[in-house]
Formats: sequence, C-alpha cells, structure tokens
Amino acid sequence: MTVLIRIGAIFVKELLQLKRDRMTFGMMVMIPLIQLLLFGYAINTNVRHIPIGVVDASQTALSRVLLQTVTATQVVEVKAHYQNSQEAETALASAQVRAVLFIPKDVSQRLVRHQTLGMAAPASTNEETSRPVAQWLVDGSDTIVAGAIKGLRNMPLVELIDKPANRNTPTFEVTLLYNPEQRTVVNIVPGLVAVILTMTMIMFTSAAIVRERERGNMEMLITTPIRPIELMIGKIIPYIFVGLVQVTIILGLGHWLFSVPLNGSLLQLAAATMLFITASLTLGLVISTLAKSQLQSMQMTIFVLLPSILLSGFMFPYEGMPLVAQYIAEALPATHFMRLIRGVVLREVNIIEMSYDLYWLSAFIVLGLIVASARFKKRLD
Amino acid sequence: MTEYVIQANNLCRNFADVKAINGLDLAVEKGKIYGFLGPNGCGKTTAIRMLTGLLAPTSGDISVLGLSLPKDAEKLRTRIGYMTQKFSLYDDLTVEENLQFIANIYGLYGKRKQQRVEELLSLYKLQATRQQLAGSMSGGQRQRLSLSAATLHRPDLLFLDEPTSAVDPQNRREFWEQLFDLSEQGVSILVSTHYMDEAERCHQLAILEKGVKRAEGGPQDLMSNMGATVVEIASEHLRQLKQQLIKLPEIISAAQLGARLRVLVNDSVNEPIAFLRQQNAIQQRDTLTIVRPSLEDVFVTSTGEHKQ
Repeated sequence: MTVLIRIGAIFVKELLQLKRDRMTFGMMVMIPLIQLLLFGYAINTNVRHIPIGVVDASQTALSRVLLQTVTATQVVEVKAHYQNSQEAETALASAQVRAVLFIPKDVSQRLVRHQTLGMAAPASTNEETSRPVAQWLVDGSDTIVAGAIKGLRNMPLVELIDKPANRNTPTFEVTLLYNPEQRTVVNIVPGLVAVILTMTMIMFTSAAIVRERERGNMEMLITTPIRPIELMIGKIIPYIFVGLVQVTIILGLGHWLFSVPLNGSLLQLAAATMLFITASLTLGLVISTLAKSQLQSMQMTIFVLLPSILLSGFMFPYEGMPLVAQYIAEALPATHFMRLIRGVVLREVNIIEMSYDLYWLSAFIVLGLIVASARFKKRLD
Repeated sequence: MTEYVIQANNLCRNFADVKAINGLDLAVEKGKIYGFLGPNGCGKTTAIRMLTGLLAPTSGDISVLGLSLPKDAEKLRTRIGYMTQKFSLYDDLTVEENLQFIANIYGLYGKRKQQRVEELLSLYKLQATRQQLAGSMSGGQRQRLSLSAATLHRPDLLFLDEPTSAVDPQNRREFWEQLFDLSEQGVSILVSTHYMDEAERCHQLAILEKGVKRAEGGPQDLMSNMGATVVEIASEHLRQLKQQLIKLPEIISAAQLGARLRVLVNDSVNEPIAFLRQQNAIQQRDTLTIVRPSLEDVFVTSTGEHKQ
C-alpha cells in the first residue's frame, strides 16, 4: 500500500511539474508534429525536377524534340544550355546543375539506327546500331540523383518517331507488395514513430534523475524512506502516456496527411509500442544514473539517438550495412521496434511471428531496470 | 543515566586528499539542542550528512537512535528529519503540493494526510501562501516550509544545516521559538550555524574547525572556561595599537569594534590590565576595561591562529 502511495506521489509530482513546464509540455506535441511534417514532405527518394544543363552539338529539330521528351518525364528540368562540354563540366562541379545531357552532332543518324526503333534486337556487337543516342554526365556523388538519371537510360522514344517500340521481354516479373506506388512516406512514417520515441523518451527520463540532483532536491529525496525502484517507476509512468500521445499524433496525422495505411491490429501496435516506450525509458534512466548534469545527459542521449536514426533501418536498409554496424544496430531498441511497427502497420503481421524482437525488447527492459536500480544509490558519495 | 541520540567515535571522512572530518567524537543527549559552530568549510555539512546516513564515513563508528550507520540508514529514515542547507523542496510546486508530496512519501494519505498538512500550515503560518509556488517565496517563508516538511512525520531527531543563513533577524528569532517548542515536545535537535548569537541558544555546543572539534560544552561553560581575559581598550589610534599588540605572544587576538579594541589576553598573564599598561603603545589617557567574554571570543580562542 505505501509502495503505491509513494509511486503515486512521484507520479503526481511529475505531472504537476510537467504541467508548469510549458516549454517541455509544448515540445511533447510539437516534436512529433513538426518532425512528421518535415520528414514526410522532405524525405523523398523518388527524385523529380533534377536541374540539368544541355550541350546540344547538333542543333536540329530532332535534338529539340528529344530534349522535350526527356523533360516530359519530369525527372529532370533544363536549367541552362552550354556551348561545349568544358563549360558544362564546370557548371556540374559548381553544382549549378546536377547532370548534363550531351546531344552529339550525329544524333539523327544514331537515332535512325537505334535499337529502340527496330523490331528485332540488334547484335550488341554491332558498333553502328548499339551506339546510344546521346550521353548523360551525372554528378555521381549523390547516389539517389545518379539512380534517377540511370532510370532514364532505357526510356522509350516512341513519341520521337512514329514507330512501335522494340520492347524486350524482362527477365523477371517484379510485384511490389505493401507499397505498390513506391511512396517513400509509407516507409518513413512508421519509422518516424521509432525515431521520435527514442528521442523524446530517452531525453525526458535521462534528465529526470539528474534534474533532481541539479536542483538540489535529491538530498531531500534520499533522506525520505522512498525506494529507488518506486522513484523510477513513478517517474516513468507519466512518460508512457506522453509516448502514447506522440504515437497517436504521428500515425494519425501520417494516415490523414500522407495516406499511410494502418493495416495491422491496433491492439498489437499498442502492445509493441508500450514495450518499446518502456525500453527507451529504462535506457533513459540508466543514462540518468550515469550523467552528472543535464548537459551530460543530453550529450549521452544524442550518442544513442544518432545510431538509432542511422543504423536502425529508418533511413538505410539494415541488410546493406556492414556486419559491425549490424551488430550495433541489433543492440539498439529502435532497430527492433522499427521492424515491429513496420510489420504491424504496413504488412499486417501478427507480432507473435516476430517474437525475436519482442523478446529482445523485454530483455532490454529487465536489464535496464536492474542496471539503473543498482546504480542508483541513496547516498551522496 | 543520560540517554544519547547520537554517538560517534573517531569519525573521519576524506575527500581525495582533504580531511573534511578528522577524528570527531560526538555524544548528543536526548531532548537537547546541540549546535555545530564553525566557519564555512569546517565540515559541518559533511558531519551532518554522515550522521543522517547520506555519506559513508572513511573510518569511525556512528550510532544514531541506537541504529548503526551507514548499515541501518534505511531504518533510520522515518525517525529523523533533515532540513538541508540549500532549499531542497520543489520550486515549481506550491506550498501545499510540496507538503502533500512529502506526506505521501512518508505513507500518509487521505484524511490523515490533509489533517497533518493543515496542522503544519497553521503552525508555521503558511495558510496565506498555500497556493504560492515555493520558488517565489521569501527566505523566511521557505525556511518555515522546509521546517514543516522536515517535521511532517514527527521525527525523534531533527538535523538542521545552517537553517537561518538566508533569513532576517526577526524571522530568525521566530524560528528559534519554534525550535524550542519542538525541543519541549521531546525532539532532539542538531543544528549547524556560523552565527554566534544563534549558537548561544543551544544547550550544548561543539566548535569545529577544519574537520576537528576544538571545544565542546554549554555556551556559558565555554565562555567562563575560555582560558583568556577580554579587555576592551578605548584609544585614538586603534589601527596602530592593534598592529603592535598582536605581535605579543600573550595576546590571542585583537579586533576593532567601532571606537574600541577588543583584546584577548591569555590566562598565563595574571594581571591583564597591568600587563597591557606596561606596553609602550598604550597611552596614559586610554581606558582599559575587563568585559564579559562572548561566544565569538571563545571561538577565536579555541580555533587559534586567528591573530589579526
């Protein structure tokens, strides 16, 4: 009974302090809101309107039509015309344009012989017929831009000359499940839940114990009969609610603004989220028992936050990372939650099927609480 | 037989190379107000922290209310109250919320909690400020709030670490009235201070300097057994006189108080007035009078090395 009263006392106290700390209170709502809008609108791997330059050596009606066909894809946008390729390369280096389309003098001859117009596939060894129509010079340092231009390599030129295109049968048939329109935001929004929860949950709790120490309240607290575990639990509970509110904001707005589907069971989603929130909060508590000041706790939060954003699979596929990075990613709760939430929200999976990640998060919580309680001493030395 | 609430033997505490407390022996009687008097940095706070179980001693034994520290620190929690030097309640909670929080932490709830909180609010004249944030209160109000929080669970033993350092004299007097009330109810109190007038109110005193206990006893005993005579000299050129007097080995200290020089003469000198008259610096028309020693004199004599 006294245990519950004490946990309740800490809980009420935290709520009152939270209520009076307008800034923190505002950040709880604003962080997910702003981040969602930023990430939702800014991160897009389907690049469009890449600024390009053109070097047209042929200056014919055909070259102009070719240019129009390329612009019509909306992948690129012509920003400048250059006299020669040297000029164009300077513009490329100074990032005025990201790619240059070089149309050679003999573009008409090349086009007439080009394979896309013939019915049969020509022998690729035939130097005459296998010559491309024109050339792209691309700033290849940005792989996403390079990929977009590469996608133009085999673009059909049907509009150019009124002849049926020579379509090769593809080797593989590819069916895109769960996100057939290939919208980046579908993958980003559920991932954003993991990132924002990592950020806010660890940040709030990592400051929780340190703040008591910094403001001088700790000396009073540790002279009372309160137990470390009561203090920890009392401090965690308000933030579990905060976390759930944030998840609702992100997924709700994501669904409403970006039409991100919410396929799986909401109950399972809530269960996985609670598990992850608790794991992040215990991680925050561990940080809190290590840090000597709020500034230090912030630094340690960022230390955890960056790998959580970069390695968890939020931005780059987990499978593409080197083995060492994968090990580090495995240790982070965000990686496991990233798999879980994407699984539930996008692929309608039953989380029981992903028990490995569930076990891992649970183990993390238990370990975290043990470490935090062991490190928290009711002493000043 | 006297009953002791605090007993400590040969208590030591080192911080790196610094000996904050060095060989402190302590015996505090039940129901008494015991004072730690000493300058800032003399180890008062460190001593109190060890006696409340917040710091482990480097060596030595502590027994508080019959419990051995730091082993039984948790058992002691409900029986002692501790008012920290710095205000340690929550600035962003109101007076009432702070008290309710403390009450909950000590396991009080519902009607009993509300009753106790009301009782303290009226006892320490905090009703008018009950809705005020603790951070926006005056020094005196905060101090009363701290005291009410420290005594909420009716402890047998109260530790007060420089309770009146941020308080005006009027509030200080009222505060001591409240301490005497508590003492009357049987609460033993250990208070640290660097104010002489405050130390004079204690039943028993320990003068601390650099972690060592220099003197101990009742304020009156300390003053009468000081081992020095206080002579006040009224003269015209006091600064000069002071410089010359403190060179003498028999003079413990000389301090200017307005138009007079307060000189402590070691008891090894039988006739202090005659001894001083022999000094060249003293002129015929200067008046010399023996006065009653104050606690400050005791402090200066016992801590030594304070010639100035």
